[in-house]
Amino acid sequence: MSGIVSYGAYIPSHKIETGEIASVWGADGSAWAKNLNVYSKSVPGPDEDVITIAVEATRLAMKRAKLGGTNIGAIYTGSESHPYAVKPTSTIVAEAIGATPNLTAADFEFACKAGTAAIQTCLGIVGNNQVENGIAIGVDTSQGAPGDALEYSASAGGGTVIIGNKNVIATINHTTSYTTDTPDFWRREGQKYPRHGGRFTGKPAFFKHVMMCGKMIMDMAGSKPEDYDYVVTHQPNGKFPIRAAKSLGFTEEQYKTGLLTPRIGNTYSGAVFLGLAAILDIAKPGDRILAVAYGSGAGSDGFDLTVTDEIAKMDRSETVEDMISRMEIINYATYAKYRGKLNMGDSK
Amino acid sequence: MSVPRFWRELDTRYNLIGSYCKITDTYHYPRRSFNPEAGRESIGSMEDYQFKGTGTVVTPTVVHQAQTGYEMFGPYCMAIIELDEGPRITSQIVDCRPDTVKSGMRVKSVFRKLGEDSESGILHYGTKFILFGNDIDDELDEDSIDDVEL
Amino acid sequence: MRDVSIIGVGITKFGELWDKSLRELGLETGLAAINDAGITSNDIDALYIGNMAAGSTLQQEHVSALIADYCGLANQNIPATRVEAASASGGLAIRQAYMAIAGGFIDVAVVGGAEKMTDVSDSESSYTVSMGSDEQWEAKAGATFTSLHAIIAQNHMLEYGTTREQLSSVAAKNHYHASLNPMAQFPFALDPATVSKSGMVSTPLRMLDCAPNSDGAAAVVLCASDKAKKFTDKPIKIIGSGQASDTLSLHHRKYLHRLPAINIAAKKAFEDSNKKPEDLDLIEVHDNFTISEIIALEEIGIFKHGEAAKKSLEGETKLGGIIPVNTSGGLKARGHAPGATGIAQIIELVKQLRGEAGERQVKNAKLALAENHGGTAATAVVHILEAE
Repeated sequence: MSGIVSYGAYIPSHKIETGEIASVWGADGSAWAKNLNVYSKSVPGPDEDVITIAVEATRLAMKRAKLGGTNIGAIYTGSESHPYAVKPTSTIVAEAIGATPNLTAADFEFACKAGTAAIQTCLGIVGNNQVENGIAIGVDTSQGAPGDALEYSASAGGGTVIIGNKNVIATINHTTSYTTDTPDFWRREGQKYPRHGGRFTGKPAFFKHVMMCGKMIMDMAGSKPEDYDYVVTHQPNGKFPIRAAKSLGFTEEQYKTGLLTPRIGNTYSGAVFLGLAAILDIAKPGDRILAVAYGSGAGSDGFDLTVTDEIAKMDRSETVEDMISRMEIINYATYAKYRGKLNMGDSK
Repeated sequence: MSVPRFWRELDTRYNLIGSYCKITDTYHYPRRSFNPEAGRESIGSMEDYQFKGTGTVVTPTVVHQAQTGYEMFGPYCMAIIELDEGPRITSQIVDCRPDTVKSGMRVKSVFRKLGEDSESGILHYGTKFILFGNDIDDELDEDSIDDVEL
Repeated sequence: MRDVSIIGVGITKFGELWDKSLRELGLETGLAAINDAGITSNDIDALYIGNMAAGSTLQQEHVSALIADYCGLANQNIPATRVEAASASGGLAIRQAYMAIAGGFIDVAVVGGAEKMTDVSDSESSYTVSMGSDEQWEAKAGATFTSLHAIIAQNHMLEYGTTREQLSSVAAKNHYHASLNPMAQFPFALDPATVSKSGMVSTPLRMLDCAPNSDGAAAVVLCASDKAKKFTDKPIKIIGSGQASDTLSLHHRKYLHRLPAINIAAKKAFEDSNKKPEDLDLIEVHDNFTISEIIALEEIGIFKHGEAAKKSLEGETKLGGIIPVNTSGGLKARGHAPGATGIAQIIELVKQLRGEAGERQVKNAKLALAENHGGTAATAVVHILEAE
């Protein structure tokens, strides 16, 4: 059965605390942190973007699986913050892992679920034996407008999964999607910061899609919440995923490993990938995982996975926890400098 | 940097591709088609080689007046690094407090943005280095060349 | 080989010459040198122009023809050649003219050096200077020109125990000399403690360790020695000339505390002239950074390796010391206009050897050396001059 052959993650090594952001706007930091359940968020350095994060995560995945570039037949990168509006991220990743030129590549965009759509695409072409292995990447370096609620959570990070049929560490037993036209969050062409519908992003958007997709995937698998060792959903803040998991019938024990937003913020397309990577870092053969992504606009992709014996053979060092523990705190001034929020005019 | 000028050396920058000289059993970076030490004989004897990306700091310096395009980093660490295979390279060492970098520290390569042509121009990616596997004293370093009365 | 003499000199003040263009600077110094030599334009066989960066600072290449034109030499169709070797462009232009005359191809050449560094922003002029290093593998990677010299300085400190106080003494000494030179960009004395406390540029080099990026021009007239007496009664003979190269990138060098191209160029010049370092009465070296002066003195053989910094602190390189170094004020305080610098050095030596150096005159100066280099001394040019 097709599934995950390898995985990789990358989180930048800087973070800013919620209280520091709040203090700039005269807001109550501890209230914001508690309200969002986000205490710090990752911040990319001035030389990091979706492309560098995608390359680092993918190189880690390649190293873990001991794969060479010639083993890769497809690369799809899902993001809403591709550095180029026109010119693929995926070709740069392909070059940086030595996979060129015999492969297909494309960039995906579906808000925060573009990466999981890439997983589904890889499953299709791997299942048809069109390619030996396909790479799906979910990564973002999203920005919230200064002072906007999003600024407390929008962060950076990403993950890679390699989908194939051989040496699978976690089979993907089922996948399904739930998609509607729900404009809860968007960014127009040429705009720097996204806009959102405030509380409209909750019930009719995130919760409706995640809950429906979660139920559909369990119906499809004939499973119940207690059949899973881990659950991971999209996590735009630290509260929504807990409420969604609980409403679906899961417990803290099942969702806590994959819940990273309280410490690293919302990595958008990277969120489910990083949560899944944190789970795979410690998962044992036989563990069962439910993953439900969400992308504004809107849709959810659900996956039912079972960890195999192969995972025991894999070198799983450089864990997500390692990456989180090396993050160093920066202040708002440095954050503003790193994230291009300073108006430099044309003095550079 | 013009598009073809950058594109031509993509793999050298992305993947640390240099050259191995079969005659002298030495490694070279960036790529050379000719080994100055072996002379004419080396033409045709240079093979592409991908460096492991690990090395040691030879000499670091903390740059306070940034190079054009590096203003957002200031101050930052530049260093001459010796790759484990032998050749030396000049690179920024990122993701650390610049004054913590010392000669002899171990570094490894990371994939980073090197710059851009302009706001609408192409982006340049390539290799920089980070410290790894060193015990860094996070206290204010007394030996910092910045502070010491030389 | 024929002997070659310098028969005329002309120089502008170096600095921020807001109201002067490159062509005006070229004309001004060219005319001054021609007047000083007592020649007319009909006597000139060739023009050599040292210029590093007109292409990037002024978007003007082909400055040899430009300067020839504005000096009124175009209607005589005098051959004009631009020479570029970063900050060694001026010294190298002199060497080209020297070789052409020594080889018997021409009798009289005007060698001019001119640079406009302030027509662009500070960031652009700094980047222009770092183009003298390896643009692709040093400058583009984030290394400033100062940072490369900072690496050299650290290695020199590590190897020989060179200190901050010693580096500061070099800048202070050059400022003292400049205070005696009305043509200097910074004609005022500077306390070594002020150098030591100036802002950090790249550890361990501070603001006052660094030479400025100046505008300026300088010109000399070279003539076959056997014809020199026709024009002047005070010719200064070029008795030695040497040039050497090194790897463009600092990181490809075996040693990071040395600048060996200077050593090789100096050896050649000493061989040519049959002189030794101890015979010299004064020298001008390329102190683009304080550390560069120290290493240059060691490479030339004035002091043993590891000794120059101590001797500088002891005052041995100051006027009145055993070997006055950079009596003009050097690049640090006379100013550094890359294409003109190597020529300005020669002009200082000519003035000293003629006994026209005023307050900063070295007594009984008979033999002098100039060392000019480009990049991190990937090109070095050395000339030895003797009063006839």
